[in-house]
Amino acid sequence: MGSLVGRNLLAGAEPDVAAGSGHADHPPRMGFFTDTSVCIGCKACEVACKEWNAIPEDGLDFTGMSYDNTQGLGADTWRHVAFIEQNKPMGNAEPGVDHGGSPGAASGGGGTDLRWLMASDVCKHCTHAACLDVCPTGSLFRTEFGTVVVQQDICNGCGYCVPACPYGVIDQRKEDGRVWKCTLCYDRLGAGLEPACAKACPTDSIQYGPLEELRERAAMRVEQLHDIGVEDARLYGHDPDDGVGGDGAFFLLLDEPEVYGLPPDPVVTTRDLPSMWRNAGLAAAALIGGLATVFAAHGGMRGGRGGAR
Amino acid sequence: MSESEVRREGIAGARPDREALVGRGLRPGKGGRRGGRRGGRGEKAMVPDAEFTSYYGLPILNPPVWKAADVAAYLFLGGLAGAGSMLAAGAQLTGRPAAARALKISSLAAIAGSTAALIHDLGRPARFYNMLRVMKPTSPMSMGSWILAAYGPAAGGAAVLDVAGRFPHLGRAATAAAAALGPAVTVYTAVLIADTAVPAWHEGRRELPFVFAGSATTAAAGMALLAAPVRETGPMRTAAVSGAAVELAAAKLLEWRAGLAAEPYTKGRAGRFMRAGEILSGAGTAGSVLLAGRSRAGAALSGAALLAGSTCTRFGIFYAGIQSAEDPKYTVAPQRERVTERGTRATS
Repeated sequence: MGSLVGRNLLAGAEPDVAAGSGHADHPPRMGFFTDTSVCIGCKACEVACKEWNAIPEDGLDFTGMSYDNTQGLGADTWRHVAFIEQNKPMGNAEPGVDHGGSPGAASGGGGTDLRWLMASDVCKHCTHAACLDVCPTGSLFRTEFGTVVVQQDICNGCGYCVPACPYGVIDQRKEDGRVWKCTLCYDRLGAGLEPACAKACPTDSIQYGPLEELRERAAMRVEQLHDIGVEDARLYGHDPDDGVGGDGAFFLLLDEPEVYGLPPDPVVTTRDLPSMWRNAGLAAAALIGGLATVFAAHGGMRGGRGGAR
Repeated sequence: MSESEVRREGIAGARPDREALVGRGLRPGKGGRRGGRRGGRGEKAMVPDAEFTSYYGLPILNPPVWKAADVAAYLFLGGLAGAGSMLAAGAQLTGRPAAARALKISSLAAIAGSTAALIHDLGRPARFYNMLRVMKPTSPMSMGSWILAAYGPAAGGAAVLDVAGRFPHLGRAATAAAAALGPAVTVYTAVLIADTAVPAWHEGRRELPFVFAGSATTAAAGMALLAAPVRETGPMRTAAVSGAAVELAAAKLLEWRAGLAAEPYTKGRAGRFMRAGEILSGAGTAGSVLLAGRSRAGAALSGAALLAGSTCTRFGIFYAGIQSAEDPKYTVAPQRERVTERGTRATS
């Protein structure tokens, strides 16, 4: 272990996150690159994740939100496919084309301007993970792969990680009491397998691999899309200098992050923790000083002096 | 279904896999940038900067799973205990034994209630001892657990030895220890809730410790007015007035400085609790100036109002956090503003 000075322990870029957590001889940092431009919304990732990790049912709601009845990540949903319907053309595509003349077209079927965005969301396995920072039991830990995992035999369900996560990923399983989230299939990784969702993805929208390699591949892909006129394509969570020090699971999006239910500029809350402790120290000092002054001003009661001012 | 086949000149009809092109790029020979419709860019300029978008209005954050009856009550009880121990030590040092005893007992009761509430709030209460498994400065809850583990026995010793009248030296040491840890017990809870992604709490991180210190002083002084003889409560009345003033001023500063994230403090259930807290603290303060020095009943009434005011403020702060986490506006709009101010897109 090197010196603590000059290291980005709470925020900022951290090139070797596993070593920073005390793993001496560790494999490269592994992660996901989710390229939403080739996502077809099949939800195989959701199903594969549930199957492999034996996750209970997460509610049978009919939401009316396009094809999304899953709604969001939580204790019982570790992959969530978002569906967004927009009246917005993609790249140079020409929406509003009347397909009436084509064989098999519905009678009177005019054109629509619909574009359909689909994206599979997952735990970001942040470089600076707020859930891990605030966990009081040490149940959440950093694996040798640089991922963030809950140790279920330690978690006592205090729930602190839930509001700490800037992405709204981790949550408490009510009937169980403990918190649950994506483990990036820690059990499969240890056996040299890729996570269940990436394995099941039929279009390789979910790509698993060493993070460095994924970042290079993602940069090439976004350039390729820009070249064919898909100007909306952008990477999200790839930058080691962002508010969470870069995500272990990052995305290629075709619109602003908030359209997909992702925060546009997430910051790890513990970045501000030193200043918060300083403020608390100031308040405590003010409290001590204030009360000491009050008692000094009123003086002692001995000798029959009254306490009234 | 597209089918690929191997020919002499290579593979024909192979699927593009992850290099699949979207939009017009799909058509052979027409790839690359064209003039004419440039959808993305033209559309974006139509959207005004201040507008916020969300995914079907769903919250971005997962709201806290903490129960109000446990955690908001703990915010109040912890403050009552911590500030109470400080007032008790002050009262004992300045020859006000009845007030000191009353406050020691209330601190013990409050911290016992706090601990019970905190354990009850756990998803797995039987595993509460895992809180002392590690010591993590990055986790205010871990630090708080250790603070409570040290403070609890001190507050307990101070109360029990005072009532029993045994081992006065040990009793004084326990009183001093409880008073020394009192400020930590009082203000660490502000860091606890500020160290989250909840906008109303995180954006109030500068002012919350002062709100909590003021509110705790108000509560403990109120308890003294309620439980101690009038002739011993002079300093408590001054403490009540100054505590309420600090609480109110810090809360107003928070609402002013936190911008949009402060809006939940004035709305809905949180807003009602905050207003009730202001009115009750105001009434209690007025009562402690005008009535509490004259009659026992006036003092008790003022004390009760102060305690109720502090409770309402803590519940108001708790609910403001929940409300701000449940509405994506409070998460998205300030972050979007930040991105715009930086003059770059959040993503390249």
